Amino acid sequence: MAFLPDVFGQALNGLAYGVLLFLLSVGLTLIFGMLDVVNLAHGSYYMLGAYAGLTLIAVTGNFWLALLVAPAAVALIGAGIERTCLRPLYRRGPLDQVLLTFGLIYVFEDLVKWIWSGRIRSIPTPALFSGSVTVFGATIPSYRLFVIVFGLAIAVAVWALIEKTRLGAIIRAGVFDSEMTAGMGINIDRVFTGVFAFGAALAGLSGVIAGPIQSAYPPMGASILVPALIVVVVGGLGSLKGSLAGSLIIGQAETFGKVWLPGASMLMIYVVMALILLFRPQGLFGRALK
Amino acid sequence: MIPRALGFAALVAIVAAFPLFAGNYPVKLLQEILIWGIFAMSLDLLMGYAGMVSFGHSAFFGIGGYVAALALVKSSGLVSALLLPALAAAAAALVIGFFSIRVSGVYFIMLTLAFSQMFYAVAFQAAWLGAEDGLVGVPRPSVLGWSPASPAAFHAYLLVIVALSTLFLWRIVRSPFGHVLRGIHDNEGRMQAVGYPVNRYKLLAFVIGGTVAGVAGSLYAQLVGSISPDAFLWTTSGEALLMVIIGGTGTLGGSMLGAAAFILLQSMVSSYTERWMLILGLTFVLLVLFAPGGILGVLRGRVGIRS
Repeated sequence: MAFLPDVFGQALNGLAYGVLLFLLSVGLTLIFGMLDVVNLAHGSYYMLGAYAGLTLIAVTGNFWLALLVAPAAVALIGAGIERTCLRPLYRRGPLDQVLLTFGLIYVFEDLVKWIWSGRIRSIPTPALFSGSVTVFGATIPSYRLFVIVFGLAIAVAVWALIEKTRLGAIIRAGVFDSEMTAGMGINIDRVFTGVFAFGAALAGLSGVIAGPIQSAYPPMGASILVPALIVVVVGGLGSLKGSLAGSLIIGQAETFGKVWLPGASMLMIYVVMALILLFRPQGLFGRALK
Repeated sequence: MIPRALGFAALVAIVAAFPLFAGNYPVKLLQEILIWGIFAMSLDLLMGYAGMVSFGHSAFFGIGGYVAALALVKSSGLVSALLLPALAAAAAALVIGFFSIRVSGVYFIMLTLAFSQMFYAVAFQAAWLGAEDGLVGVPRPSVLGWSPASPAAFHAYLLVIVALSTLFLWRIVRSPFGHVLRGIHDNEGRMQAVGYPVNRYKLLAFVIGGTVAGVAGSLYAQLVGSISPDAFLWTTSGEALLMVIIGGTGTLGGSMLGAAAFILLQSMVSSYTERWMLILGLTFVLLVLFAPGGILGVLRGRVGIRS
């Protein structure tokens, strides 16, 4: 096996994973920045996306339809949760939010077990991308290339939405100072719900496209949360750029850890995080700590 | 003061006598409650008193469990069962605390969570720690020649350790040290300005909490007879956190009550239906929405003792 193509292939795998992490961490970081809520149940939307995708594909046989409808369904669930459960908590301390969102993890995980049974299910790879391609001597499943291209396209779209549109300006203002934003006559309640639903939809989307790579199993939501939170911390809370940089770094760390240090691969992302926080405690793009 | 002491003595007596009139399963549940209770109390020392919401308390629980499992196989005395696990947890807490207390709020939550997940990663992949199966066949200690095989002896031993840990924590929160911690919780900047070395106080609280959590983990390994990487998982910290919040933060008795509520609810619901996670989760959600301040908060008819 040649060294360079191998490294290149791994880098692409890491990129695919990083893109998935980005879709998850955008929601986490926006929800934290704006609503001041550490949403421990964010991984649940990833899980719900995967299972909704699974069912939609089983019923319609169409992966692309699932890619569109599942995130929309997850967004609706997210909006409902924000309205009913989180809204009463905004003025309370972080403890109540921790308790509530932790409880939601249990609720969602058990509902998924109830509806879909607890066994591991795989989401079939869409026929269009079932083969593999050779890029610079490295053989890559073409589905991974699709994930990279699609994910990066979504990342650019999210960035353009938040940085270039009026709606994005409102969201950024809300993240910076939600009270002031409300004072400017913006219906901040509706923006909160929208941002939460948007974050949930991206997490759901991430679940659908991760399905053919990682399969679906009930505790997947709780386990993906840790790397997603690490991305947010490494990148800097509330920062979109940080989310992107953090995802790419953690994606590579995890993938190369698996290849080069199989005995300690799970440690890699923590080592990387510790190193970054040692030099920048507020994260790569975070505002200075209070 | 005296009624409190009498109440505590009465409680200890009831718990001690419990195996006389209850079957094996209720006794095991009670023992689990006691162990999780001191684990939750040790977390409450950080959360409720010093205002540090740690999501990595499972690190010390797991370390206590693993060290006890490794040491008890070699020799069955109290050194293996308590001293080594407590020291190991204290040492880990010193290191983790040193790095974590420099940040606050969500960063503190995240950093502590990441530290405990690091231990999970190590335990999960290290062959000498049994990898994902963990260590099984942990022997119970023999104390002053008492037979480790006798359930009565183990119950007595457990009760003594739990009672001592409770008194220890209670003594701490009532001491001048404990009052400084409350002061830090209420207004860190002011305590700093008045001249308290805030970080040293926080670190000491972190180490004390970690040490007691290590003892809890060790007792847990002795009770169950095994310890697995799951002990380190962030959800283990989350469960302890729930117990503290359910009981009401800033009250040691509340933490024990919260542990009892959590474990009894889990065991009752799971004996009726497979859907215990759903019911437990919904309970937490409803509790937050309609009973902020936890069980004690509701019992005392006011909202949030210190939240």
